[in-house]
Amino acid sequence: MPFSLLKYGLRSRHVPYGDIPKTPDLKRAYDVVIIGGGGHGLAAAYYLSNVHGITNVAVLEKGYLAGGNTARNTTTIRSNYMTPESVAFYKEGVELYETMSQDLGFNIMFSQRGQLTLAHSEATLRSFHLRAEMGKYMGTKIEVVDVQTVRDLCPDLNLDIGGQHEILGGLWHADGGTARHDAVAWGYAKHAAARGVEIHQRTEVLGLGKTGDRVTEIKTNRGTIAAGQVLQAVGGLNGQVAELAGIKLPIRCFPLQAMVTQPLKPFLNTLVSSANLHTYLVQSSRGEIVIGGGSDPYQLASTRSTLDQKEHLAEGALHLFPFLHKVKLLRQWAGITDMTPDYSPIMGASPLSNYWLDCGWGTWGFKATPVAGKRMAETIATGRVPDILKPFDMRRFDNFALLNEMGATAASH
Amino acid sequence: MKILTCPVNGPRNITEFQYLGPFRAADPENPDQLIESLFYAENPLGVLKEWWRHTPSNTILIAERHTVTDQIIATYLPNRKPA
Repeated sequence: MPFSLLKYGLRSRHVPYGDIPKTPDLKRAYDVVIIGGGGHGLAAAYYLSNVHGITNVAVLEKGYLAGGNTARNTTTIRSNYMTPESVAFYKEGVELYETMSQDLGFNIMFSQRGQLTLAHSEATLRSFHLRAEMGKYMGTKIEVVDVQTVRDLCPDLNLDIGGQHEILGGLWHADGGTARHDAVAWGYAKHAAARGVEIHQRTEVLGLGKTGDRVTEIKTNRGTIAAGQVLQAVGGLNGQVAELAGIKLPIRCFPLQAMVTQPLKPFLNTLVSSANLHTYLVQSSRGEIVIGGGSDPYQLASTRSTLDQKEHLAEGALHLFPFLHKVKLLRQWAGITDMTPDYSPIMGASPLSNYWLDCGWGTWGFKATPVAGKRMAETIATGRVPDILKPFDMRRFDNFALLNEMGATAASH
Repeated sequence: MKILTCPVNGPRNITEFQYLGPFRAADPENPDQLIESLFYAENPLGVLKEWWRHTPSNTILIAERHTVTDQIIATYLPNRKPA
């Protein structure tokens, strides 16, 4: 890859290439239809076409490519979860990010600079020990660090010694990182399209026709198509789209709000996260400080921001980095998160035989983009749910086999 | 500031209220509906009937609110829906 890049850079006449082909006309039938053209759907399309050789695939996207929660998340990539099932899954996700730029020949700007979660109380420190030991057991880089190490890792942090939110230590996750969300989606889309996957933007699914326990036709605003297999990965609207197939999902919608400041010189080398303040910060490669983590306090399916939540985020950010007080906000937004009762996703089979779910990604979906795509593609190609996905089956709610990850994030919910 | 009208105390800032979740159709006392009542909460794109609490006065109330527009359509005390 670097060699071809050098050749491209030295060429006197650049021929700019379009990564994503124009939306073609819909065919009458596809082997696989993916509902949702976000990161997860596109990653699945990439793995289906590039690994499993299934190329008669259509990706249906209601809006524009990767314009939903793929564009609205805060690009945290980590595997410091609590249950062994989750850690194993997210660890594979982090590893796929590590090689993604090379694998795709597409710079996704992956920056593995580590994530620091702060403890403001003894109780939090103890819970960190649990997470650290689980992470070490599963083979991830994670440790509990003292306040001196916190200072070394993040010298500009306000330790608030003697104050209300004094920092007593932290959970240092060296595997943590960040990447450019658009590039992830575009990289997958480019390679899927190159193998013949059709990407249909502005194509909304309006209804699903069933025969027995199979979804056989998909009604869209551009016509009706037939599908052999269907994958649903539609982010905030997962509950509603599943209802079109007659499936009720244990999902409630809450908006998650975030914002970015104007670009600053690099000062924040790690991802910093505080569960007490419901705030996390990361400096993007453009220098902007991304401030995240405010869920609205009640169910809502609207992407309008509220002053309350923005003030709350600003308060948390200023507490950790008081010198940001004169920095201006550049952009702010909200995304609809599809929250499950146990804060873990729903992946794998549905009650229908050819309808597969990649849902319930709440506030934690971006980090799983490559691994969810890879494993869902494997599921569809082989007709068999791989072992790593089995704990995420939607039937876990009927069997009381929940995967509780509520404490594994700093987002406020 | 968003205003929610408490049936006892009148219009108040919504930050004075605690959200207690959707009014559930499933009955947790009925074994056939236990899973439904525990995990499958109402999540419509439309009007949602839900429980709220006015924190300072500990008034439990019902609100009907649209989950897309966030418009509050009615608030009333439980079992006292105005005609």
